[in-house]
Amino acid sequence: MPAVLYDDLIRVDPERQSFRVARRAFTDSSILEREHERIFSSCWLYLGHDSEIRAPNDFLVRRVGGRSLIFSRGSDGVARALLNICAHRGAMVCRDKQGNARSFTCIYHGWVYNNRGELLSIAGEEAFGQRFKTDDINLTAVPHLESYRGFHFVNFSRQPVALEEYLGNAREFIDLVVDMSPSGMEVIGGTQEYSVRADWKLLAENSLDIYHGPSLHPSYLDFIAASNELRPDPMDGLGGRAYALDHGHGVAEYRGPWSRPVADWGPAMGADLRLEIEARHHDLQARFGQARGDRIAKLSRNLLIFPNLAIVDIGSVTIRTFQPAGRGYMEVLAWALAPVDESAALRARRLQSFLEFLGPGGFATPDDIEALETCQVSFDSCAREAPWNEVSKGMPLAEEGWLDEGQMRSFWKEWARRVAD
Amino acid sequence: MNITRLRTSDIAEYLIHESFLLDSWRLPEWRALFTNECRYLVPASGADPYADPSVALHYIADDGFRLTQRVVRLMKKTAHAEYPRSKTLHMISNVRISARDSNAIEAASSFATYRAQRGNVDTYIGHHEYRLVIDEGALKIQQKRSILHMEALRPHGRITLIV
Repeated sequence: MPAVLYDDLIRVDPERQSFRVARRAFTDSSILEREHERIFSSCWLYLGHDSEIRAPNDFLVRRVGGRSLIFSRGSDGVARALLNICAHRGAMVCRDKQGNARSFTCIYHGWVYNNRGELLSIAGEEAFGQRFKTDDINLTAVPHLESYRGFHFVNFSRQPVALEEYLGNAREFIDLVVDMSPSGMEVIGGTQEYSVRADWKLLAENSLDIYHGPSLHPSYLDFIAASNELRPDPMDGLGGRAYALDHGHGVAEYRGPWSRPVADWGPAMGADLRLEIEARHHDLQARFGQARGDRIAKLSRNLLIFPNLAIVDIGSVTIRTFQPAGRGYMEVLAWALAPVDESAALRARRLQSFLEFLGPGGFATPDDIEALETCQVSFDSCAREAPWNEVSKGMPLAEEGWLDEGQMRSFWKEWARRVAD
Repeated sequence: MNITRLRTSDIAEYLIHESFLLDSWRLPEWRALFTNECRYLVPASGADPYADPSVALHYIADDGFRLTQRVVRLMKKTAHAEYPRSKTLHMISNVRISARDSNAIEAASSFATYRAQRGNVDTYIGHHEYRLVIDEGALKIQQKRSILHMEALRPHGRITLIV
């Protein structure tokens, strides 16, 4: 007998070893509303990287969990997340996307706030009561802002668990990315802002999914072969594991067919970079021992921090967030992350590797987007008669491999636990 | 061909031919409009369009090899994002020569490129900047930079067509 779980959003059949997700998860507007409350108003959500607001008074404006936020480094050097809404009558306080400013002036009636969110002046102040200016007339700060190794997260709930506890054993995989460089990591200039005409959870799954590689991305594998990089058999020597992590996080960790600027040289990276990349590999071994050094250097990892942060560490590293912006539609933001101390030539090669695979103009990501969009079209048209997704691969195995789906079941169980009535 | 004698109308004719090749999905012929070593750049929307692609993230920053590979990929059925092929219309106007010397012409055009697929028509707007040279007796594109006048690639989600 299949176990009906979470309001029948999930069905698990131990006999068949089948794990099913209801396709109405992607189509039902009432689920979207519940997600806003129970996921995007209660989970830790990625806001941005420390390097994006490096200097005092740097700021950027970003939509997170449906809210427009000012991510600001105050003149005191402290990072803050402020809701981008004037305390007076609600106009946007900051209409620039990013910059460096000591204060923000609302265009509507000219109220001025400093970059810590404190109200500095009100036009026509003499007509307000003498005790009018209190703390709650400042810009509203996001209730909780915490960071882990340069990654800043916000939380809109009252009393969330601490960020480190929330990240749980996923921290190990963030560490493997950040430990690439003793000098730290930085977001390279330039943001890819795009969208997918599909529910946001499709990209959460896809960011963790290696199973689709050979079928969805043969044209990318052809390109790698043409770059003189691939082993004669594209899958020879490749492989790895996938793990369900705490609190709905998940990861696949594996040897992929690409070279890695962090420290896994291949012919396509060019002879000039060989010495630098090998030196970085030796440095990693010296800092962390051979096993961990090799792991950082050679293994790729697709990490999903529940609900909507993907850190994809392949031939280049991307940070990607995505959130619903209406039914069957998501907005995506993607950045390139890199060691601060790499040479200009290696940085250039890293960006090349990024664009060869990733992003809306890459040789692989657009085909992912195409697959996800066709899923959404099918769900919208056929889910009533064909109501279940199968997410069952790897269930009989004691240890799931890189091409299995257990890391996605981790996401779905946490999602359903939060969303179900 | 003497590049110094080319007029704006000659450049416009050349760029209209380019649009025709793209709308017809004759991409290998389109690739042949470029010099062997070349660049095709699409800066990320909202970013400095003139930032060096070796230090700033773009949408597309192809050299000659990758541009060839892009065309090879787009001609395959396994380029799923463009198969079945989208229908496109490349509209250009405002063609102008912005600079010239004895070896090269810098030219620009404004564009609106439409892409129809699966019930959606997406519009890409912006302007192209070309560096044109004579190569083996023919006018060739040495660099094409397509600057989107868009805040984000939304709702498009992809820039798989050659804009």
